[in-house]
Amino acid sequence: MNKSLLSASAACALGLLGALAPAVSHADTLDTVKQRGKLICGVSLATPGFAAPDDKGRMGGFDADICRAVAAAVFGDGDKVDFVPTNINTRFQALQSGEIDVLSRQTTQTFSRDASLGLDFGPAVFYDGQGLMVPKDLGVSSAKELKDAAICTLPGTTTAQNLTDFFGAQGAKFEMVVFESPDENRAAFYSGRCQAISSDRSDLASIRAVANNPDDYVVLPETISKEPLAPAVRQNDSNWRDIVSWTAWMLMAAEEKGITQANVDEKLKSDDAEVQRMLGVTDDLGPMLKLDKAWGYNVVKAVGNYGEVFERNLGEKTKLGMTRGPNTQWNKGGLLYAPPFR
Amino acid sequence: MAWINDARYRAVFYQVLAIAAVAALTWSMFATASANLAKQDIATGFGYLSRQAGFVISEAAIDYKPTDSVGRALLVGIANTVKVSLLAALFGTVVGFAVGIGRMSRNPLLQRLMLSYIELLRNVPLLLYLLFWYALIINVLPPVRSALTIGPHVYLSNSGLALPAFSLDGGWVMPLAALVAGLGMAFAVRRVSLRRRLATGRVNAGGWIALAVAVLPLAAVWLAGGLAVTWDIPEAGRFRITGGAQVRPEFVALLFGLALSVSATVAEIVRAGIQAVGKGQWEAASALGLPRRRTMRLVVLPQAMRLMVPPLTNTYLTVFKNSSLAIAIGYPDLVMVSNTVMNQTGQAMETIAIFMAVYLGLSVAISLVMNWYNQRVALKER
Repeated sequence: MNKSLLSASAACALGLLGALAPAVSHADTLDTVKQRGKLICGVSLATPGFAAPDDKGRMGGFDADICRAVAAAVFGDGDKVDFVPTNINTRFQALQSGEIDVLSRQTTQTFSRDASLGLDFGPAVFYDGQGLMVPKDLGVSSAKELKDAAICTLPGTTTAQNLTDFFGAQGAKFEMVVFESPDENRAAFYSGRCQAISSDRSDLASIRAVANNPDDYVVLPETISKEPLAPAVRQNDSNWRDIVSWTAWMLMAAEEKGITQANVDEKLKSDDAEVQRMLGVTDDLGPMLKLDKAWGYNVVKAVGNYGEVFERNLGEKTKLGMTRGPNTQWNKGGLLYAPPFR
Repeated sequence: MAWINDARYRAVFYQVLAIAAVAALTWSMFATASANLAKQDIATGFGYLSRQAGFVISEAAIDYKPTDSVGRALLVGIANTVKVSLLAALFGTVVGFAVGIGRMSRNPLLQRLMLSYIELLRNVPLLLYLLFWYALIINVLPPVRSALTIGPHVYLSNSGLALPAFSLDGGWVMPLAALVAGLGMAFAVRRVSLRRRLATGRVNAGGWIALAVAVLPLAAVWLAGGLAVTWDIPEAGRFRITGGAQVRPEFVALLFGLALSVSATVAEIVRAGIQAVGKGQWEAASALGLPRRRTMRLVVLPQAMRLMVPPLTNTYLTVFKNSSLAIAIGYPDLVMVSNTVMNQTGQAMETIAIFMAVYLGLSVAISLVMNWYNQRVALKER
């Protein structure tokens, strides 16, 4: 009896070992996505303007639209995407482990993330920067005046380090109060526990938008860091990274060429050779990425061009009321610069 | 091969086998994880601990500045966790004993009051209480610019309590040494008085003498001028009160929440311990003419104590682990510092391994201390 017990437990142990052994699969992401029939996209929990469900439960926002654009490039249908809300601390693990195919979550591209986390970044889709917001009646007009103030932040990202660097450079001290939950962070700021709140400017706009009276708060002019927000994919899958990158560039190029969601069908008859290549009228750019010939048409048809995506989710007519700032086309003094489609 | 049939050998053999299987499993998990991480070009190892941390921690129980290493930052987190857990356990135990004894009172008003205190605290999740206390502090107290002045140089606002702090010019060595010497002497006096009392059966003034002896050396040092003090007075800056000693609302809310939750549990443990002491003990003490209060202190509590220690150990372990709820209200405990570190380095596995090891290590330490104490108070069979 003892013998059988022994062999049973040995078998058990070996079985466990065997179950653990298979490594994370390195299958081609495009194949995996096609086989599954939908894209799985990691977005933030609930950030108005970037990723938040609307009143009908449909996920909306700038980051969500980037996901839709990629889904449209792959399937020709922008709705073949599942959104997975990711936590700020575990977003990279979700990507590394293969739980999501693309991370489109207000994520800053930095050297150490690129080099040590086993992921690759696509092009920056939103040029952001860390700012500070204060109540108007504090009477502060510059972040440099905030010496000795208490500042509320979230634990994540590079926020804490940027603040330390910014105030350290001026030899000023400050108190940092860190909250894990965005709700607690906002509540502490509104109650006056902190004199200022610091985050990416886009995030500050969405914090301000949900305040009881948004006009009581003012975002200070200083941008204390560069935060190029970019979609991320797993490392060592060049084709997949190209698909995500060129989808983002397609949105930018479409704006540059005046292609919109409304006129994309007319543009199929355009005389512009690059527009013809982009929309798959001539040349087979799509198949070079193992995509459909009309992938570019599908992307614009699904979400519109970059300008439309921006205005719909973040622009001045929305609650966030953001101006384009650096997120303008290169030929209008901005930083959006899509490489040529040829 | 007779030893195969020997039960003792077989027991050892199976244990060795079990340990080997667990070790092999652990090792294979570790190896698989590192291999996978290496394959995905994800950095591994603990090298990041010596990198510069580069972030501010609002409250540090040990010295810390942003230029210190990541390892030091984690150490600050550990120190903060230990600080708040120890204080919460201490206050919770003191209050809990009082409430538990009050719960056994013959005064119905007091008894019901204590009952509702316990039930209110025991039946709502701690996290909700923490959020509640914190919201209460930051919303009820005025913002720092209109801080309440509740004494000379003592300010209260929703940024916390600012008090004058003092440092001793001559350092802490002399007064501390005096205090230790005083306590040592007091213990000696108490022993002698106790022995004399056991011998003669007469009450003596040993307690008062011991108290006097305890403070005597400290008073002597003070009179000799060894206690020159420098005050650090809090000052109102443009945004905040700086200087002095600051007690932050995050710390207070956490300490309050943890201590109250401990006190409710301790109160129930105390009640159970007291009720477990046989009724005959009360009756015997009463027959000897001991009043109720002294019966409780001299007869019942010492016997109840040995019943209370094992559940108390559990309570202390729980408060220590519950302190990680600090993360919800912005107190920089180990978990919060670890989260910031994880975000900056991306090395989640290592950082989580560190904080799990710390919680495990400290929990085992608490258990060992409590087990030692348990053996001391246990009934000695002679």
